[in-house]
Amino acid sequence: MNRRFSRLSGALFALFLAAAPAAAHEVKVGAIEITDLWARATPPAAPAAGGFLTITNHGSEPDRLISAASDAAEKVEIHEMKTENGTMIMRPVAGGVDIPAGGTVALAPGGYHIMFIRPKAPLVEGGKVAVTLTFEKAGAVDTFLHILPVGSPGPKPDADAGHAGGHDHQHMNMGQ
Amino acid sequence: MTQGPGKSPAVTLLRIVRYLLWAAIVVLVLAVGAMSFSVWQAGKSMGLQASSMGGPFSVVDTKGERVTQADLEGHPSVLFFGFTFCPEVCPTTLYETTQWLKALGPDADRLKVYFVTVDPERDTQEQMAAYLSAFDPRIVGLTGSRPEIDGMLKAWRVYSRKVPLDDGDYTMDHTATVYLLDRDARLAGTIDYKEAEDTALAKLKRLIAG
Repeated sequence: MNRRFSRLSGALFALFLAAAPAAAHEVKVGAIEITDLWARATPPAAPAAGGFLTITNHGSEPDRLISAASDAAEKVEIHEMKTENGTMIMRPVAGGVDIPAGGTVALAPGGYHIMFIRPKAPLVEGGKVAVTLTFEKAGAVDTFLHILPVGSPGPKPDADAGHAGGHDHQHMNMGQ
Repeated sequence: MTQGPGKSPAVTLLRIVRYLLWAAIVVLVLAVGAMSFSVWQAGKSMGLQASSMGGPFSVVDTKGERVTQADLEGHPSVLFFGFTFCPEVCPTTLYETTQWLKALGPDADRLKVYFVTVDPERDTQEQMAAYLSAFDPRIVGLTGSRPEIDGMLKAWRVYSRKVPLDDGDYTMDHTATVYLLDRDARLAGTIDYKEAEDTALAKLKRLIAG
């Protein structure tokens, strides 16, 4: 009886996790604010996983995301993907991702992503992946990504990939 | 000055009408020319000439069964290419295909769906089987030896290129277009990466209806 109850509550909790809007948190380091931190759950045996987030620079100096690190995978790199004439192309980003003063840059599907190479365990929906992000000026910050379903378009399905101009309204009056 | 003394207004009017007609013909010719050029360009840039696509190949599915050109005949097929060391396009396409099959209902059983690796060195039968277990079981994973896969990629004009990363890892540039084949295994259409779900579904329904 007890076991059945705990199984039921587990199922209810899973249902709650699945139904709840994507858990969100924000991270700040120096003039940098990071939002929409998420990763896609991986199919079994997936040797790679993608992580995504949005970075806003409230400062008056440009900054740069120079690296991402995590114990959750053998290697972590920052990659950029694009499709050209129907061909998918993916490359490591040399020198990092520039975050202009007062600007917002999204690492989002169809553009930049954090590439987790050989995750030590599959990324399971509802879980979290720890990640350390290092900025050239703002320094390093430890945070985590929320794991969304395999096919998830992200916490903001309507957000444009690449240039998240739509995020600006949240930050327009900040840092001024 | 321009109008001679012998030219009546009626003649002038006729001449204007004639100029206008000629102008209309020139515009028409230019428009038709531009249209055919852009259609030809579109076909060329995609590299998709239905008549030149397909041909013999021999690869294996995740159970080790041979799959050849003959397995694409007698039913419509969906064919796409990728690899499992791929954080974005491949899982997205597999996920979307899973959603399409669900939305098509029983009609989906009239289709055969093949996901072909462009990276057979890493994508063994076991690797493909494990990876695909997260998606619709009707998606058949295809792999094989390097020459076998190269033969299939060549037959279907699929571009792929190995690009080295640090420490011996590599990624693959590859065609991300989904091919729709008719019951004679001829290219009947394509679905582009990230095409809207309703357009994709309409294309699949048309393909199934034949």
